[in-house]
Amino acid sequence: MKKRRWRDFGLAGLMLGPSAAVLSLFVIYPLVKAVWYGHQRCDASLSKCRTTSWHQYIDAFRSNEFQDSLIVTLKYALITVPIGLVLGIALAVLADKHIKGIGIFRTIFSSTVATSVAVASVMWFFLLNPSVGILADWLGGSAKTPGLLQKQGLALWAVSASSIWANLGFTFIVVTAGLQSVPKDLYESAYVDGANGWSRFTNVTLPMISPTLLFASVVLVTRAFQSFGEIDLLTAGGPKGETTTLTYLAYGQGLATSNDGGLRATVSVLLFFVLLILALVQFRGLEKRVHYGN
Amino acid sequence: MTLMAYSPFVAQVRLVNITKQFDGVTAVEDINLDIADREFMILLGPSGCGKSTLLRIIAGLEDPTEGEVWIGDKMVNDVLPKQRDVAMVFQSYALYPHKTVQANIEFPLKVRKVAKTERGVAALAAADSLGLGEYMQRKPAALSGGQRQRVALARAIVRKPAVFCMDEPLSNLDAKLRGETRAELIALHQRLESTFIYVTHDQVEAMTMGTRIAVMSRGHLEQLGSPQEVYDKPASVFVAQFVGMPPMNILPAGSLESGNHLVGVRPEQLEIAASGPLSMKVTLVEQLGHEVLVTGDVGAKRFVVRVAAHTIAPRIGDVVGLDAPEAGRHRFDATTEQRIDA
Repeated sequence: MKKRRWRDFGLAGLMLGPSAAVLSLFVIYPLVKAVWYGHQRCDASLSKCRTTSWHQYIDAFRSNEFQDSLIVTLKYALITVPIGLVLGIALAVLADKHIKGIGIFRTIFSSTVATSVAVASVMWFFLLNPSVGILADWLGGSAKTPGLLQKQGLALWAVSASSIWANLGFTFIVVTAGLQSVPKDLYESAYVDGANGWSRFTNVTLPMISPTLLFASVVLVTRAFQSFGEIDLLTAGGPKGETTTLTYLAYGQGLATSNDGGLRATVSVLLFFVLLILALVQFRGLEKRVHYGN
Repeated sequence: MTLMAYSPFVAQVRLVNITKQFDGVTAVEDINLDIADREFMILLGPSGCGKSTLLRIIAGLEDPTEGEVWIGDKMVNDVLPKQRDVAMVFQSYALYPHKTVQANIEFPLKVRKVAKTERGVAALAAADSLGLGEYMQRKPAALSGGQRQRVALARAIVRKPAVFCMDEPLSNLDAKLRGETRAELIALHQRLESTFIYVTHDQVEAMTMGTRIAVMSRGHLEQLGSPQEVYDKPASVFVAQFVGMPPMNILPAGSLESGNHLVGVRPEQLEIAASGPLSMKVTLVEQLGHEVLVTGDVGAKRFVVRVAAHTIAPRIGDVVGLDAPEAGRHRFDATTEQRIDA
C-alpha cells in the first residue's frame, strides 16, 4: 500500500512537473526576484545593487510620486472601467437580436479585441493630433494648440478614451456570451407579466449576467492598473505627471525612478499588492450581489 | 364570419383561422377553436404538432401569420401580452433564480406598480393557497421541483388573470408528484373559476384534467371533444393511436371485414378465444398486477390485448384466436384515415 502511494507521488510529480517548471520560471522566480530587488537601490540595468532596508517599501509607498501615481491610476480606472462596462453592455444588448446582418455588427463591435495596444494608441494619436486628427478638429483643436493629449485636465480623459475603445471588444464578447446563457423563458415570463424593456433589463438581464459582469470588472480594473502602452505612446506620463500611472512609474522614462531598477521593483511589488487587495475587495464586495446559476 | 359578442369579463378565447409560419415552415395551419369561459381546455399532441405555438399565440408571445385571436369581446392580435389579462406557466417554471419566492410571486404586481403592502398581502395569500407560506424567503434553488412548480403557479394566480396558459408544467416532475399536482391543478381550476389552457403530450393529464381536449397533429386540429368522446370515438387513426395506452390496434383493409376501410379495436375490447376471426402468435406477456398485456403478431401487424388479472393468460409462443365484438370496432377510411362510422 505504502509502495503504491509513493509510486503515485512519483507519477503526480512527473505530470505536474512541466507546469510547475513553467510557473516557477516565469511567475514565481520573477516575483521573488522583484521582491528581493525591491529592498535594494540599483542602477538602471540592475547590474549593481546595494541592499538598503525592507523599509524601502514603506518609504516608496509614502512618497509623493507613488501617492500621485496611485491617485492618477485610481482616476484612470474610475473613468475607464464604468464607461467601458456600460458601453460593452449596451453594445452587447443591442447586438443580442436575431435579425438579419447582426453578425456584421458583432464582428465590428468585437474587432478591437484583435487590435494591439500599440496599433490602437497610434490610431488614437492621429485622431487626437491637433494638426491632422479628425477628432481634435471636431473638438475644436487647431495646429497651434497642444492638443488634448498634452492639455492639463484633459489628457487623462483622452488616454482613457483610447483605452476604453481598445477594451470594448473584450467587454462586448464577454457580455454577449453572458447574455446568450440567459434562459429565454425568463424574458418571456417577465414580458407576459407586464415588464417593459427596462424592467426586463434590470430584473432579468443584469442579475443573470452578474457573474460575467464581476469577471469583466475585475479584468478591466486589473487592465487599468496595468496600462502602460497607451500612456507611453500617447502622453509619456505627461502633462506634468497627470497621466503617470503606477505602471508608468515603474517602467516609464524620465522619472525619479527611471535610473533605479531597485525602486522600479519596489513600485512593481507595491502595485501587485494594490491589485491583490482590489481584486479581493471586488470579489468580497460584489459577490453578494452576484448570482451563480440556478 | 360573425363573431359572438362576449361580456367583457367573460374570458372566452376564440381562435379564428389561425396560421403560423416560421421562415416559411408552417407550424400551425388554419386552426379554429372556441374555448369557453372557465373551461379547462387541453391542447394535446406529440412534440412538434404546434400546440405550444398555439398557446404562445394566445399569450401574445407569438404573432399569428394569419387569423384572429379573441379574448372576451376583444380581438387581441395587436394587444401586448400584459394587456391580455393572461398568465403563463412555463415548463421550466421560469422563476427568477436571484429573487426570493416572495419577490418572484410579487413580480407581476411590482411591474404593475401595485403598492408594496398590497402586493405583499396578495403574494402571501397566493402562496398560502398553494402551501408555500413558509418558503417565502427562500430562493428557488433551495426548493424541490414540486415547490418550484407551485411558486410558478402562485406567480400566475397572484394577479388574478382571466386566462391561464400552461405549457407542460408537470413534465419536469416525477411520476408520483405529477399525480398529486394534477389533482391540485384540478382543484385550483375549480377554486379560481378562470379559463385554463393547458398544453401537454401526456394523455393521462389530458384525460384526467380537461373538460375538453383539442388533439393536434402536424399543425392541424385533429379532434375536439370531451376526454370520453375522444377516447370512445376517435376522429382519425392518429387520435385513436395517440389517445389510449396501449394504443388502439389497427387492422388493414379486408383483414377483418370486407370493404376498403381500416378497423381499429382497443386492447381491452379484444377477446382471446379458442377460435376467432383473427389468429395471433403471442410474443410477450406482461403482468401489471391489475391487468395483463398480451402482445403478439396478427399477420404482419403487432397487436396488444388487455386481459383482466387473475385470468389464465396465454404463454409466449401460443397461437390464440382473437375476436372483436361489433361494439368495439372503429372504422376509418383507408386513404384519409378519418373515422367513417357514426
